[in-house]
Amino acid sequence: MIKAILIFNNHGKPRLIRFYQYFTEDMQQQIIRETFHLVSKRDDNVCNFLEGGSLIGGSDYKLIYRHYATLYFVFCVDSSESELGILDLIQVFVETLDKCFENVCELDLIFHMDKVHYILQEVVMGGMVLETNMNEIVAQVEVQNRLEKSEVLNCLFCHVNSSPINREATKPAVPDQHRLRPL
Amino acid sequence: MPAPIRLRELIRTIRTARTQAEEREMIQKECAAIRSSFREEDNTYRCRNVAKLLYMHMLGYPAHFGQLECLKLIASQKFTDKRIGYLGAMLLLDERQDVHLLMTNCIKNDLNHSTQYVQGLALCTLGCMGSSEMCRDLAGEVEKLLKTSNSYLRKKAALCAVHVIRKVPELMEMFLPATKNLLSEKNHGVLHTSVVLLTEMCERSPDMLAHFRKNEKLVPQLVRILKNLIMSGYSPEHDVSGISDPFLQVRILRLLRILGKSDDDSSEAMNDILAQVATNTETSKNVGNAILYETVLTIMDIKSESGLRVLAINILGRFLLNNDKNIRYVALTSLLKTVQTDHNAVQRHRSTIVDCLKDLDVSIKRRAMELSFALVNGNNIRGMMKELLYFLDSCDPEFKADCASGVFLAAEKYAPSKRWHIDTIMRVLTTAGSYVRDDSVPNLIQLITNSVEMHAYTVQRLYKALLDDISQQPLVQVASWCIGEYGDLLVSGQCEEEEPIQVTEDEVLDVLEGLLVSNLSAAVTRGYSLTAIMKLSTRFSGVNRIKKVVSIYGSSIDVELQQRAVEYNALFKKYDHMRPALLERMPIMEKSASNGPTEIVQTNGETEPSVVDSKHPPPVSQPANQANDLLDLLGGNDVVPVIQTTVPTKPASAGGELLDLLGDLSLSGVPTPAPSVATSQPSFLLDGLSSQPLFNDIAAAAIPPMTAYNKNGLKIDFTFERANPNPNVAVITIHASNSTEADMTDFVFQAAVPKTFQLQLLSPSSNVVPALNQGTVTQVIRVLNPQKLRMRIKLTYTLKGSPVQDLAEVNNFPPQSWQ
Repeated sequence: MIKAILIFNNHGKPRLIRFYQYFTEDMQQQIIRETFHLVSKRDDNVCNFLEGGSLIGGSDYKLIYRHYATLYFVFCVDSSESELGILDLIQVFVETLDKCFENVCELDLIFHMDKVHYILQEVVMGGMVLETNMNEIVAQVEVQNRLEKSEVLNCLFCHVNSSPINREATKPAVPDQHRLRPL
Repeated sequence: MPAPIRLRELIRTIRTARTQAEEREMIQKECAAIRSSFREEDNTYRCRNVAKLLYMHMLGYPAHFGQLECLKLIASQKFTDKRIGYLGAMLLLDERQDVHLLMTNCIKNDLNHSTQYVQGLALCTLGCMGSSEMCRDLAGEVEKLLKTSNSYLRKKAALCAVHVIRKVPELMEMFLPATKNLLSEKNHGVLHTSVVLLTEMCERSPDMLAHFRKNEKLVPQLVRILKNLIMSGYSPEHDVSGISDPFLQVRILRLLRILGKSDDDSSEAMNDILAQVATNTETSKNVGNAILYETVLTIMDIKSESGLRVLAINILGRFLLNNDKNIRYVALTSLLKTVQTDHNAVQRHRSTIVDCLKDLDVSIKRRAMELSFALVNGNNIRGMMKELLYFLDSCDPEFKADCASGVFLAAEKYAPSKRWHIDTIMRVLTTAGSYVRDDSVPNLIQLITNSVEMHAYTVQRLYKALLDDISQQPLVQVASWCIGEYGDLLVSGQCEEEEPIQVTEDEVLDVLEGLLVSNLSAAVTRGYSLTAIMKLSTRFSGVNRIKKVVSIYGSSIDVELQQRAVEYNALFKKYDHMRPALLERMPIMEKSASNGPTEIVQTNGETEPSVVDSKHPPPVSQPANQANDLLDLLGGNDVVPVIQTTVPTKPASAGGELLDLLGDLSLSGVPTPAPSVATSQPSFLLDGLSSQPLFNDIAAAAIPPMTAYNKNGLKIDFTFERANPNPNVAVITIHASNSTEADMTDFVFQAAVPKTFQLQLLSPSSNVVPALNQGTVTQVIRVLNPQKLRMRIKLTYTLKGSPVQDLAEVNNFPPQSWQ
């Protein structure tokens, strides 16, 4: 079971945090800091596995991480997951992000945190691996985004039909964050 | 009220903040705006506000006031709202907040929604944070969705079911029918999650596991799927670096592991496929190695044939030589798991493992160290210890404590010679002296006292080490104790092992006094050195200096030192006649089991504290205090009385007959076929003691077995042992064997001994003696005070339907049985 998925940058600022076990907000931040501390000490040519820090459960849990440019992707797992398998999963996740965002970079993650959550939801559910086929994941995410978009357009259409004079006024009502414009 | 700013704007604003305080200010302002927006119950902008709230939550700011808003979003009809609402619920809510129960109805409706993505959202949320009440209410819906043909929903339902089972284990049976045809799906996503569901069920309930093994024939199905994956050739959908859906393969292998564990049939069914995967998988990329690794773990866990196991260990050995650090790490981890069971096979890779000690990577070093300690045995101790001591010299401080304790343990078990042992200990103390555990100091002292011939050598080396460096406390403590004990050997220059050094009494006292005043010494160390100085007063000739030192410390600020000094002073003044006796050389200490009384040793299926072994002392030395306590615990002192009380005084019905039979042999112990109740409890301990010759093996072996009776095809042999701790008890085991063609049923063995003896008869192993020597019936007799033992035995049994009875006298006991 995956206990937590953390993405933070080289300075420790969190870009995505997802805990599959309950921790208070305080604890969550502490865990992020502790994990960053452990992971940032590592050299680049050592292995990608670490014992978990004491806050997150100690030696029963492992931290499996991958460092891409400015971001650390850290999965905290227990002994029921295969370590090498999780490494591959991180790769699949990042490649999926790449497909969804077109040459994904840190800024994409910063400004589209909710999108990243939705993509992650299709990969890992309740701490367990749901789907590992990249194309499948991307397809499902696309459909859901289109669903959202069509709702927004419907809403706009209704507004336009009902009060044509207020067209300008209603425009800001389109929630901007749901547009899939690349940054 | 102006429209709330968009999420992107907020993020941009926050990123412009240059200090933490600025950021906090911005966020507080925005929070206030969001709060007032929530109060206005504005439906259009609610999702935007919640999105912003989630962002702020990620940065670490409190966001609990958004919880109810998430619920409102979930209840909305729009997909956009639902999406962000469910995400908020998963991130902000949890079963500890009562609010979450309000979601139950919404989720129930959404589970039956017309749009599959809404259903998917509901399943996802339930599977992430559903509480037990919610799970109970909604399990039926989940089960329904598990049977749907929509693969998108089916795979989510499977994982949701796993969560439900974790929260409410009783509902497991509910999902059983739905699992029947989960594995016949084509969609890999569904297959993957189904295997996870089956794994969870098998792990939780042994009944389920048995059910799946037998009824569902799960193993053949899994083998078939795995075979298809390997043989199917290139499939662009599931291909990862040339291997077809490695994630699914790994999952299936894991489930096979659980199914095959301790089950011969299942293990046999999967032998072929495991061998195939092990030999055919490409290892150039990480995915191939992941599959191989999982295969190796499975082979080691199930009851595989030995050829396969050797293949597995060789694969692990190959991993060790791989350039990729990750592979080396997992190889070391798995070897650590298998070293107990396949020790010899792992030994072959010892040199590679020892090389890993020199690796730069901390994780690999730690694994290699643990594995090296597991591999140490009597043959390779010298070589291994050299490597390990070198490692101890150069490793990081976090390893030193564990390494030092490991070295001590290994040295204790396998030391080839006393001198080597002491040298090793000295080496550890001088290199990692500050990191050794506190209990190692008394252990070392005990070790040193026990190696009598090495005293001079030891004290000389310790003295030289002290001259170099007095900062490492354990070393200093051991050294000062030894100098106190063996100072006379040091001064007289008697060392044979190496070049004796010339030391005067004054120099020794200088060193010890130096310890007392040094800032580096801990309080405990000062205590050690003061006592050492005092002991030297009987071993050295010049006492005045010592008297002076002791009287100075009579007014020391440290209470412990003060007390010691005052008492020693009193020794000098009033009790001088007792001083030599008090400060005599310490006797050889009884070594209690290094693991303490909690270690259990299996003997004949009965457990017994292993201290019983070490309690067997040479009669000269006194047992250590710990050993005495344990003797009480075991009731060892009660061994004798137990035998006395089990002299059955009850007039058993058999007794009457025997009284008639015995005639001149007067009856003392009347045995009964069933043991009396009084013996049942303590005899457990006695059984353990007697049924295995734990001590005095030599003595036991010297008493030859004898044939007591041999007539009409029934042969009874007596074998002898001596039970310790009471050497007056002879334990006789009878073995009855039957060489006729028919079984002897209702077999009863009775014995009677003269009055000067006491007899106890335990229950027989069975009362059917199988025919044609196919087996024996054994029974244990205990005789107290056996001098020139004589015994009358009576045998009754039924052969071919007719009862047989016989009497015999046994006089030919071997002389050793009572000496």
